[in-house]
Amino acid sequence: MDVKHLAQNLHPLERKLLPFLRQRSTLPELAKASGMQDVEVMRALQWLSNKQAITLTQEEKEQLVLGNNGKLYLKQGLPERRFLNALAKGPLPVKEAMQKAKLDINELNICLGLLRKKNAVSLVKEKELIASLTQEGKKLTEAELPEEAFLRKAFPLITIEPKDKSISDELLKRKDIIRLEKATLWTAEPTTLGKDLLSLNLESFSALDRLTPDLLQAGKWKGKAFREYDLTSKVPSVYGGKRHFVSQAIDYVRSIWLEMGFTELTGPLVQTAFWDLDALFVPQDHPARQMQDTFFIDGKGKLPKIADEVRKAHESGHSTGSKGWGGKWDAEAAKQLMLITHDTYLSAQVLSQAKTLPIKTFQIMKVFRNEALDWKHLFEFYQVGGIVVDESVTFCHLLGYLKQFFQKMGFEKIRIRPAHFPYVEPGCEVEVFHPEKKQWIELGGAGVFRPEVVKPLLGKEVPVLAWGLGLERILADYYKITDLRDIYRNDIRQLKETRYWMRCPR
Amino acid sequence: MPTITLNRKVLEAAIGKKLAEDQLKERISMLGTDLESVTKDEIIVEIFPNRPDLLSDSGFARTFKSFLGAETGLKEYKITKSKHKLIIDPSVKDVRPWSACAIVTGLKLDDEKIRELIQIQEKLHITFGRNRKKVAIGIYPLESIQMPITFKALAPQQIKFHALEGKGVQSAAEILETHPAGKAYGHLLEGKARYPVFVDAKGSILSMPPVINSHDTGKVTEKTKEVFIECSGFDYSAQAKCLNMIVTALADMGGSIHAMEIEAYGKKLVSPDLRPEEMPITIAYVNKILGLALKESDLKPLLERMGYGYEKGKAKIPAYRADILHPIDLVEDIAIAYGFENFTEELPAVATIGKEQGISILKRKISEILAGLGFLECATLHLTSKETQNEKMLAKEHLIPLLNAVNQEYNVLPAWAVPALMDIFHRNRQHEYPQHLFTFLTTFAKGQSETGITEVQKLVVGIADEKADYTKAKQVLDYLLRMLGKDCAIEKAAHPSFIPGRVAKILIGNKDAGLIGELHPKVLENWQLIMPVSVFEIDVNLLL
Repeated sequence: MDVKHLAQNLHPLERKLLPFLRQRSTLPELAKASGMQDVEVMRALQWLSNKQAITLTQEEKEQLVLGNNGKLYLKQGLPERRFLNALAKGPLPVKEAMQKAKLDINELNICLGLLRKKNAVSLVKEKELIASLTQEGKKLTEAELPEEAFLRKAFPLITIEPKDKSISDELLKRKDIIRLEKATLWTAEPTTLGKDLLSLNLESFSALDRLTPDLLQAGKWKGKAFREYDLTSKVPSVYGGKRHFVSQAIDYVRSIWLEMGFTELTGPLVQTAFWDLDALFVPQDHPARQMQDTFFIDGKGKLPKIADEVRKAHESGHSTGSKGWGGKWDAEAAKQLMLITHDTYLSAQVLSQAKTLPIKTFQIMKVFRNEALDWKHLFEFYQVGGIVVDESVTFCHLLGYLKQFFQKMGFEKIRIRPAHFPYVEPGCEVEVFHPEKKQWIELGGAGVFRPEVVKPLLGKEVPVLAWGLGLERILADYYKITDLRDIYRNDIRQLKETRYWMRCPR
Repeated sequence: MPTITLNRKVLEAAIGKKLAEDQLKERISMLGTDLESVTKDEIIVEIFPNRPDLLSDSGFARTFKSFLGAETGLKEYKITKSKHKLIIDPSVKDVRPWSACAIVTGLKLDDEKIRELIQIQEKLHITFGRNRKKVAIGIYPLESIQMPITFKALAPQQIKFHALEGKGVQSAAEILETHPAGKAYGHLLEGKARYPVFVDAKGSILSMPPVINSHDTGKVTEKTKEVFIECSGFDYSAQAKCLNMIVTALADMGGSIHAMEIEAYGKKLVSPDLRPEEMPITIAYVNKILGLALKESDLKPLLERMGYGYEKGKAKIPAYRADILHPIDLVEDIAIAYGFENFTEELPAVATIGKEQGISILKRKISEILAGLGFLECATLHLTSKETQNEKMLAKEHLIPLLNAVNQEYNVLPAWAVPALMDIFHRNRQHEYPQHLFTFLTTFAKGQSETGITEVQKLVVGIADEKADYTKAKQVLDYLLRMLGKDCAIEKAAHPSFIPGRVAKILIGNKDAGLIGELHPKVLENWQLIMPVSVFEIDVNLLL
C-alpha cells in the first residue's frame, strides 16, 4: 500500500497511537504511554494491523489481578499493618487489638501467624492473651512491608520480578487478595510499512474526519479530502424493539386462515368440563378426565340448555343413530371447572349457536396440560384450531385445507395417518417430514366431527371438518430450538438476536 | 397412551411374511396405530384407547394380517358348550353386580405365551377396565376348581384366603392393608359392607375382585392347560366385550373356547357370545363423509380388510370390537382400508370472507407502537405461583388456585400482569440496561360469567433503567393512547408494590383500566434488582 495514501487516511485514534509504536510494545504499555483507553488502543491496533502497518500477535498469558479483599486492603491497609498500628502505643489484649484494628477472626489468625513468622509480635498468656511488639515489630511500624509495596504495583501484572515471586505466592494463598487469571496479551510491532509511516511527518498528511454541521455551515470542507474508511471493518451491533417471535408466527398463521376466508374466534381459558369434554362426546369415564393431565379449578360453572341434548347422546345416542356410551351422564361432573385442554371447545360453541351455513372459523389459543416442564413438554402451549361446516364438505376437503396450511407454513411433505380422538371419526394425525432428522413429526390432530357431537349441538347431522394443531413444534423447527422451554425464556439477548418470522410464497 | 410389546418373530410367523423395516413402520402407522420402536426382536406399538382389542400379540397380529390382505374377513371362532356354570348370587347386586365368564382348554403355555397372557390382562385392566373399576379380569387354572362357581358378596370378616404371592392365609382387611394389589385397588371396595368373591363348589375362595386372585386356585403356570376366565364389573355388555377380547386372543394362541351358563337374577345367559353384531351401512353415507366415489361392491372387500363381514347392506362387527357405536365408525375403518395415503386433497367451493378479531388487530397495533419506541415483546406463560404474584410483590391479590398442578412453582392463575414482567426483569438482571419490555397476559378473578371467573386481557409495559421513573412510564402510556385515539384520566392510588405517592389508577371512560407507578425498593430487592423499575398495566379491551 502506498504509504502516503495510508498516512492521509489515518483514523484519529491511529494517529494518536502511532508515535508510541516505534518498537515492540504490549497493549497495556501502549495504553499507559498514550493515555488512551484499552478499547481505543485495541481498535487502533486492529486497524493498523489490517493495513499491515504493524504485526499484531496475541499470546495466552496468566496475569495477576487484585481480588476484592486486595482492593479493600489497598484502601484500609493490610490486616497485619492494622494490627501493628493497633499495638504501636503499647501491648494490648489480643481481643482488644483485634477490635481496634477492625479485624475479623480469620484475618486475625492470619496476621498473627505472619507477624510471628516475621518475629514482630510476642504473645504472653496472662489472664488473657496479651500481644506486644518486639524490636523488629517496632521497626516495622515505620517501614513499608514488602507486601504493601507489591500491592501498589500496576495491576493486572503480567510479569513478576523474581524478587517478588515469594511475596506473590504468599498473597495468592490468602483470601481473595490477588488471583491469577487467564488473559490475552496483545503485542504490536511495526512492519517495514509501519516504519516508513513513522518516518513521515504525519502532521502534513491530514484529511477531514467527521463531516460536521460546522464544516457544512462554513463550507470548510471545500477543497479538502475526507479520510477514507476501512469499509470492511466490523461495526458495533444495534437492536430495535420488536414483536416476540411467537407473536410474529401467530400473526402469520392468522393471516393464512383469514386468506382462506375463515372467521377468527377467541374465548376464555377457563371452561366447564361440559364444553371442553362432554359437548365433544368424550365419555365421562374417559381416562383423560381422571388422568392427571387436566388442570382442575375449584368451582362449578353453569350448563347451557343444550346440555340435555348432550346428555341424551351420551346415555343412549338418542336421535344420532349411535348407541351412546351407556350408563348415566352426570351433570355435576360436567359443571367442573378446568383450564381448557384444547381450543376445540370453541368449535362446539360455534355449532350450538349456528344460524346459517357454511361456517368457517378458526382460533389460536393457549391450551393447558398438567405435565412436568421439561425440554420437550410445556404445560401451556398454543393450538391452532378450526372447523368448516357445510353439507357439501368431505374428508378430502379436510386434507385439502391441511395441505394448504402446512404448505404455507413451509412444509412441502405432509402425511395424514389414522389416529383416534373421541370426537372425530375418521380421525387423523398430521405429520410433516423432517428432512434433517429423516422422520415424521406429529403436528396435530384433525378429523370429521362425530354425529354424536354435531347433532345435539347443531340440531342436524352435517359434516364438520375440524383440526387442532400445535404451534410450538413448528416454531422450534423454524428457529432451531431444541428445548421448548427456550420459547418462553424471555432472555433479552435471545429476543434481540432472534430473526424475524418470514415465509414467502414460492 | 398404552403400548404393547410384540415379539417380532411371533408376529412375522403369524402374518406369514417378513416385511422390510420401512414397510413395517409405514403399514403399522397407516393401520392407525403408532410405531414407537422396532428392533431385531421386538416391536413396540402405541395403541389408541378405542382399540383395546389390539392390546395383545394375537389381537394385533390378527388385525394387521387382515389389513395386509393376508387373511381378511370376519374370523369365525368355534365355541363348544360345556356343563359348567357360574351362579351370580343376588348379594353382589350393590357391590359388583356382573361377571362374564368362559373356559378355554388346549393351551400350550410357555414363557412367551405366559408373558402374552399377563400383558393382555394388565393392558386391558389399565385401559378398557379403567384400572379395574369398570372391568376386573381373573384367569384361573381349571384343574383346581370344583364346579359350579358362585359369585357372591361376603362380609369382610368372613373372607380369609391366601392371596396370590401373599403371606399365607389372611383376612380381607389384612390383604387390603398389606398386599401390593390390596393397597393399589382396595379403594375400589371402600365403604362397601360386603366384598365380592368367587367361590367354588368346595367353598374355596378363588379371588376377591377387583383386587386379587387366590394363591392356591388362581395361579397360571406352564403346566396349565385349561383355564377359567371371568370379567367382573357393573355393566354386563362391557364385561362380555372384555371377555371376548381375551378368549379370541387365547383361541388365536391355539386354545378352544367353551361356553358356560350364567345364572343371574333369575335369568340364564350363555357366555361367551361371539356372534357378530350387525350394523346397516350405505355406500351413499360412506361417500358423503369421505368424498370418494366408491361403489356398493367396494364395501365388502374394504370392510373385510378390517376384519368385518358384510352382507346385504349390513356390516358384521367382530365380537371383540368395543368401539363401534355408529355407522361413522365403520366409515373410518373403510377409510383406513382404502388407505389414507390414497385420498386426493381438494379444496371445497365454499366461498366465505375472512374476519379477524378486533382484539387481534389491536394487539398487533399496540406491539407496533411499542416496538417503535424500542420495546421488546416477551412471551409469558400464564401459570404462576403465589410467591411471584403476591409474596415478592408485597401484594395481597386474590389468586385462583389449580387443584392438582404437577409443578408446585406453577399452581395458580395470575390476578395481575406486573409480576410476570418483574420475573422477566429478574431473569435478565445480568444483562445490559436500559431494558424496555412489554407483554400481553390474561388475568383471572372471581366474577360474573358462566364459569364464575372473569378473564381480562392485559398489556403490561415496564422500563428498568437508572432513569426509570413515573414520568418515563407515563410518557409511553400517553403516546400509546394518543396513537390509538384514546384518552385516560389518572387518579392517585395506594398499592403496596409501589412507592407511596408514585402509583396511580388509570381510568378510561370512568372505567378502572389499570395502574401505573414506580416499584417499591423492597419489591425490587425481592427480585434482586438494583435498577429502578416503572411500569403500567392496562386492560386491552378498553383500548378497542
